[in-house]
Amino acid sequence: MLQRLQHLLGIENLTREQITFILDQSKPFQEFQRHPLKKLATLRGKTVALAFFEPSTRTRISFATAAARLGADTMNLQAESSSLRKGESLLDTVRTLEAMRPDGIVIRHSSSGAPHFVAERLEVPVLNAGDGTHEHPTQALLDALTIRDRKGKLEGWNVTILGDILHSRVARSDIQLLGKFGTRITLCGPAMWVPRELESLAPKIHREPRIERALDEADVIIVLRVQTERMHEPALAAEEFILGYQLTAERLRLARPEALVLHPGPMIRGLEIDPVVADGTQSCVLEQVTNGLAVRMALLYHLVGGAPVDEPHPAKERSSAAD
Amino acid sequence: MLLIKNGRVLDPTSRTDAALDVLLDGERIAQLGVNLDTSGAEIFDAKDLIVAPGFIDLHCHLREPGQEMSETIETGTRAAARGGFTAVCCMPNTQPVNDSASVTRGIVERAAAVASVRVWPIGAASAGSKGEALAEIAAMKDAGIVAVTDDGKPIATARLMRQVMDYCRALDLPVIDHCEDPSLFAGGVMREGPTSMRLGLKGIPAQSESICAGRDVEVAALTGARLHVAHMSTLGSLEYVRFAKKSGLRVTCEVTPHHFTLTDEDVRYDTNYKMNPPLASRADREALIQGLADGSVDAIATDHAPHHPGSKDVEFDRAPFGITGFETALALGLSGLVHPGKISLMRLMELFTTGPARVLGMERKIAAGEPADLTIFSTDHAWTFRAADSPSKSRNTPFDGRAFRGAPMATIVGGRIVYRREAAARA
Amino acid sequence: MRVVEKRQLLSAEEIGRTLQRLAHEIVEKSGGTKDLALIGVRRRGVPLSQRLAAIIRTSSSVTVPVGTLDITLYRDDLSTVAHQPVVQSNEIEFSVDGRDIVLVDDVLYTGRTVRAAMNGLFDLGRPRRIRLCVLIDRGHRELPVEATFIGSTVQTSDTEIVEVRLQEIDGEERVMLVDRVS
Repeated sequence: MLQRLQHLLGIENLTREQITFILDQSKPFQEFQRHPLKKLATLRGKTVALAFFEPSTRTRISFATAAARLGADTMNLQAESSSLRKGESLLDTVRTLEAMRPDGIVIRHSSSGAPHFVAERLEVPVLNAGDGTHEHPTQALLDALTIRDRKGKLEGWNVTILGDILHSRVARSDIQLLGKFGTRITLCGPAMWVPRELESLAPKIHREPRIERALDEADVIIVLRVQTERMHEPALAAEEFILGYQLTAERLRLARPEALVLHPGPMIRGLEIDPVVADGTQSCVLEQVTNGLAVRMALLYHLVGGAPVDEPHPAKERSSAAD
Repeated sequence: MLLIKNGRVLDPTSRTDAALDVLLDGERIAQLGVNLDTSGAEIFDAKDLIVAPGFIDLHCHLREPGQEMSETIETGTRAAARGGFTAVCCMPNTQPVNDSASVTRGIVERAAAVASVRVWPIGAASAGSKGEALAEIAAMKDAGIVAVTDDGKPIATARLMRQVMDYCRALDLPVIDHCEDPSLFAGGVMREGPTSMRLGLKGIPAQSESICAGRDVEVAALTGARLHVAHMSTLGSLEYVRFAKKSGLRVTCEVTPHHFTLTDEDVRYDTNYKMNPPLASRADREALIQGLADGSVDAIATDHAPHHPGSKDVEFDRAPFGITGFETALALGLSGLVHPGKISLMRLMELFTTGPARVLGMERKIAAGEPADLTIFSTDHAWTFRAADSPSKSRNTPFDGRAFRGAPMATIVGGRIVYRREAAARA
Repeated sequence: MRVVEKRQLLSAEEIGRTLQRLAHEIVEKSGGTKDLALIGVRRRGVPLSQRLAAIIRTSSSVTVPVGTLDITLYRDDLSTVAHQPVVQSNEIEFSVDGRDIVLVDDVLYTGRTVRAAMNGLFDLGRPRRIRLCVLIDRGHRELPVEATFIGSTVQTSDTEIVEVRLQEIDGEERVMLVDRVS
């Protein structure tokens, strides 16, 4: 029996079994996206607070849609709007949230550890939508689902992660997750963005500064965004980056023939990825978006649904039809 | 008259380790010996306890003037007394910065009125610690400072360090530096390494400290001044200090208890583990312990840095650096260094007494005529440190709830018992 | 929860005969099998629907499509259950638009499962007609739901439970009435 997940703060502390459970549970929600009518009542009456301290359109809309399709209401707290004054302390925001009594909180914040801060102080399930340079667990889960669906299984592939890995929470969550499934991980990017300590994050992982070598035998390539808001340090000229690290069609051919190309989005076509590759048959970016919705629905269903953990449930027995 | 009876006297200066009684008369030590004439004296039974010269803390923050929410001279020194300290050197990064004789006098006078232990202020090296003009160091010396520093920050440039050192050499004042390279430090919040990588927190490489320590040693060579490296935390810095000592330079250094106890691996999203310099690697910790044992390290200093509870209850990135330290220093020294056999008890005494004294150019001993400052402690007493019980206004410590073996039992300053562990509280 | 068996309602043989009868009724009362489809409600409605389709295929040489419906997301009692039940996918390879659907389940009781099943079906499209086929109708309706095709009607009390065991799921084949004991 799977221990009930109370929060989703990161991949690091999830077991293989828990990850597999989440991926398995995402499948009915993938199927659901094909229904003509995409509205359930299963989380009706529940409210999910979306506390996005960092600007984000895609992830926020994905979570908002997931909640809405499950029938839940959402509360939108955004850094730009008046509901989260710039500079208002996290502690005050926590108190505000507590007063609003949501059934779940989705939080994105620029400080690593902010979701943990909230989870320690409130009895409400917390889902990490990205904290600082720490983790972005739902991205890793949807990446894993995409790989598993396309490749048939998740174990044992060669995965190359390309770009500014040091500042990427997506990369860290991907590394944590794939590391639990026997993946051989190759990290490739400009040296100052791929420090040695990254190799301590997973068992079979190494750095390879030359893209040609890094792509050799790759089954999956995860291309990272060039982050403008998280301070590339030092700033690298775009031409330098493209020269060394852009995923071109030609470079893609160095990988295995059926290699997948994943990208957390949004892509800057012509910078980290050649438009031909972005739109090519090996690119999985559109599935990543649909899978993101399915994963987030599965997570909200399990974490936000149901009675609060310490409330006893009335045992009205039904016949075995309600299995 | 106060007679400290039945204790085991440890005096590093005379290498005394013996069962001796100590008779105090007024503010001075009158006699040491056995079977002393004690008529009329109050008796303190130090059976099973160590009697040592009064501990000196070279590095602490009392936050007065200007930040009394976090600590005052009164509350800080009560905590210091509870930790067995008889004298503390308070850092100048107050509000206003202690960069003038008037601020120094203010601190000295306030301490005279309310402090439980001796307060020896350290003055700023540069005006406002801004790293530009020199502070009024000579005037501050007259007012009572024992050293200068821009602690909180490094002394800004080699050029300024040279000027400060030249000036202080003439005044016979040691220059203390908080060694840090701002360009490498750059917004970091913990030591750079596998843990900072895992937690997604910006890391500070060890070289941020050692590059500056190296710079300071070179300038000390250039000027011949007395340099003291504050809260040294890395092997790299220790190597520079060793090199300096071997070269005959007057360079000293101190290590905090948390740096010889914890490492960066202990850090998680808990701001009680955030301080500057940050907790370092295991290799650094081992090197520091080696240095504490072989004499390369001169003193243990607490860097007691109180922050009122609200200010630390924020995201790790945004929390101020610092933890408290007076009350756990001796216990950590005993549990981390003496009990496991890494250093002798006598050596620990040097680190708390004669080591710091020498940095300040003074002596600390138990001998007739000396000031009656004594630290009386147990190496065995079992107790649990509870931050809530501390007289400090602040609670920012990673050691709350930790069980220890060994504790200060009484602290005597100028012949007066300023702290005594309650018999009832001996638990 | 401890249960005590009170009596057997259907033996394996009786289940088989009942399904034969139900399959024929479905074909007779459907006015043609062109748009007919069977949808089994997870869990035990599934093997029942598959068996009904097999009988129909054998006896009338007509292949009626069969699908599986998971009602977990449509249940109305989830906010009272501590752990969220595991969700499973539907398996319906055909469109439900315009179809003459027969929902198949093992026991009809309060009617809430059927209501949830109908919600699920309407999310998939717009069937022309939905009728219900159950092995046992045990009464105690809480919603206005009726079954068109009923294997057997049984009077039960609130504390009793109708337990259906099917080979495909339970490794044995019978229907029992059991009682809860404290």
